Amino acid sequence: MKQSKTLYLFIIPGLFLYLLFFVYPTVNGLILSFTDWDGFSSKNWIGLENYKKMLVDDSIFMKALTNNLKFMLGVVIFQTLLSLGFSILLVKNSKSNIFFRALYFFPTILSSISVAFIWGFMYNPNVGVVNNVLGRIGLEALAQNWLGDPELALYSIVFVQVWAHTGQMLVIFVAGLQSIPEELYEAVYLDGATKWQAFKHVTWPMVTPAATIVVAYTTIQSFKAFDLIFALTGGGPVYSTEILSTYIYHTAFQSSEFGYAAAQSMGFMLIIAMITFGQFKLLKGNRAS
Amino acid sequence: MNHLNKDTAAGRMLKQTALIGFALLILVPVSIVILASFKQMTDLFENPLGWPETFSLTNYVQMFSEQHLGRYFLNSTLVTITTIACILFFSSLLSYAIYRFTGWLALVLYGLFSAGMIVPPQVNMIPIYSLVSDLHLTDSLIGLIAVSISVFMPVSVFILSGFMKSLPKEMIEAAAIDGASEWRTYAQIVLPISMPSISASAIFLSVMVWNDLLFPLLLINSGDKKTLPLALLQFQGEFMTNFPLIFAGVIIASAPMVIAYIALQRYFVEGVTAGSVKG
Repeated sequence: MKQSKTLYLFIIPGLFLYLLFFVYPTVNGLILSFTDWDGFSSKNWIGLENYKKMLVDDSIFMKALTNNLKFMLGVVIFQTLLSLGFSILLVKNSKSNIFFRALYFFPTILSSISVAFIWGFMYNPNVGVVNNVLGRIGLEALAQNWLGDPELALYSIVFVQVWAHTGQMLVIFVAGLQSIPEELYEAVYLDGATKWQAFKHVTWPMVTPAATIVVAYTTIQSFKAFDLIFALTGGGPVYSTEILSTYIYHTAFQSSEFGYAAAQSMGFMLIIAMITFGQFKLLKGNRAS
Repeated sequence: MNHLNKDTAAGRMLKQTALIGFALLILVPVSIVILASFKQMTDLFENPLGWPETFSLTNYVQMFSEQHLGRYFLNSTLVTITTIACILFFSSLLSYAIYRFTGWLALVLYGLFSAGMIVPPQVNMIPIYSLVSDLHLTDSLIGLIAVSISVFMPVSVFILSGFMKSLPKEMIEAAAIDGASEWRTYAQIVLPISMPSISASAIFLSVMVWNDLLFPLLLINSGDKKTLPLALLQFQGEFMTNFPLIFAGVIIASAPMVIAYIALQRYFVEGVTAGSVKG
């Protein structure tokens, strides 16, 4: 059927809004990054000043970057392994498996602020449940200031992020595993393979597409973790949980340095692009083999 | 899968322990919070893990009367429904056009929206704030809705165009033979058949919009226009240690999603898989 001109009308409303409120700001952000805008007065051109400051003179930016990378690594590793492991256990569509899958998925639908309040309470050093339970079973020595200890806080949040999103990745892995034909396993077991060999030669290659998606999705999610961290610790204590997105927010709305925050946003976008590209290359290479 | 039957008793026990362990890890904190919302503060500190000494609804009443949670609930509902309706309409039109266009335009559109999915909103939050401020739309639900539509649209375009790619071309041919216009083909043939994908997309988007904190935080200042996540965040400042009260707020704010999840669980899962795995 020949395309009629009305198709061009179809794309107008969606494209207009998207270009205006999403694409244009992304581009405009670049321009803003060359100014000294404070959110109120005029935007004056200052060239590469913001970028110089970011790369040379801002230790907190570097701290936020390292935190973000640590956070991303922790979440990707644990969330992927956990969801893959559970997906193998829960791959059959039995009633109990379906129940477990539904239960594990549940935290995904809660808002990050709700999750933050739940775990903020759980982690509370004085009245929180974690230390309370540790005390009751005689493990008081292990009780910590989970969110108040700069060494520990970031990892406490990694735990919460994984808690909230493993179920979501589990669903993706189950879909991937369920598409593997039984015959492949039968053939391999007929040849006398052990469970581990079956995993290595059948499961792993066939689940790689799903794994790629899970890793990519989890990575993006961990960069988006603004809501959770903002609500749980606000980036503290002492910037130990400050990640790039929370730092950008603070730079703009606490320090009134919108131009500088825009420069940081550009840096942020570049870092994400590099990581996404790197992952793509890595996993594509794996697939070919 | 047959190979799972080669379990040893020890292996099976390990499996059950892991499954039940994680299940408890989810159920216990959630139950504690639910029970806590019916307690008073002193009750909670004395008895964090148990059933309430006196079951009280004062926290819930306080949330609605003193804290105006009903107003914020309404705001969230308005923003979510309007945003989703607009996204579904615009993205289905876009996906249909992508499906029908041959050549570079389809690829450009698809690429444009797919790239949008990878860019976290935090990257352009500053320029978006600047733009909304220049348009004098800050502190308005319209501004919030317009931004939400634009920011969350890529996901829907991705899901729907992915689905439409799998539709047989003969369907369009048949419609052409019948002399149907593009609009009729879209509205009467493609749209109805895409309903599963649209439903999955709708649910997936609803969760994201209802739970969104970043854009309300960025764009809304005044009290009566707050959405639930923003209101909850600000309660934290005011009621730092009154956990039961805050938990009542959390439960009220989560209730719609939880109810929808229990009733429409299949669509939640389909939304996730459709948004990531093709076909």
